[in-house]
Amino acid sequence: MESKNYLDDLSEIKDLMSRSSRFLSLSGLSGILAGLYALIGAGIAYVYLLPAEGESLRTHSTSFSLLVALLLGIAFLSIVTAIGLSYRKAKKNGENIWDATTTRLLINFAVPLLTGGIYILIKIQSDHFGLTGALMLIFYGLALVNASKYTLGQVRYLGYIEIVLGLFCAAFPGHGFWFWTLGFGVMHILYGGLMYQKERQG
Amino acid sequence: MGLIDNINKLFDHRIRLGIMSILMVNEEVDFTRLKELLGLTDGNLASHLKTLEKAEYLSIEKRFVGRKPNTRYKATKAGRTAFQKHLEALEYLIKQAENPNDNPNSK
Repeated sequence: MESKNYLDDLSEIKDLMSRSSRFLSLSGLSGILAGLYALIGAGIAYVYLLPAEGESLRTHSTSFSLLVALLLGIAFLSIVTAIGLSYRKAKKNGENIWDATTTRLLINFAVPLLTGGIYILIKIQSDHFGLTGALMLIFYGLALVNASKYTLGQVRYLGYIEIVLGLFCAAFPGHGFWFWTLGFGVMHILYGGLMYQKERQG
Repeated sequence: MGLIDNINKLFDHRIRLGIMSILMVNEEVDFTRLKELLGLTDGNLASHLKTLEKAEYLSIEKRFVGRKPNTRYKATKAGRTAFQKHLEALEYLIKQAENPNDNPNSK
């Protein structure tokens, strides 16, 4: 009888600790959808925008601008999806979507990500876009690792995977497109799927 | 038997245990947030905070956000140590209950 009470105490402690410090309303479904957007985007880019064999991409060409627009579109859709689904999950669990944990998560996610984003833009300005794929993967991975302390802890491992992929991508120039597709498309779907499965099991 | 002595009477109450759990993982937390997380009334929460404050397990900082008074709570070093000890004692008791034949002195 006594020890049952103590067990309850422990689970209460654990629950309050994570609820008060982590944003738990992220849904694995956001990951799956973000991965799908990335794959669709990669498909469009592959068919219509990527330069043919032997040609190279030029920063001031139409296809380059379209490529950037496509990337921004994917990012935008993924963010909107994540917000929408988090909102739904929070509502379902009767939790607030906006509290101290939300701000903390956003700040810790945004700092590495925006740093990387601005760095990439600066490099593109001076026609150095060769490593863009690698840089996107690396900074996104760092942002995930940093943010994992403030949300579902498993996000950290996705971060590690993205960082490693980014480093490989840097080591094998010319294959950026495939590493990007693997990191932002396939990995998101796999990881989102795993998280979604866990969520459903409760 | 030193470990059982560490079961802290102050934490032998669900609400105070809850308050300390939150303060252990957050640098500082304000009154409203505590109320929200624990689902308590103002009076109830305030009285338990008072008890913990008397034991010097938490420190209080009052300030104004705009015109509204805002009270923030922080776990003190003594509070953290006491909570840690309480947790260890809980763990020990649970292990004992699971394996009653284990001799506690064999470790």
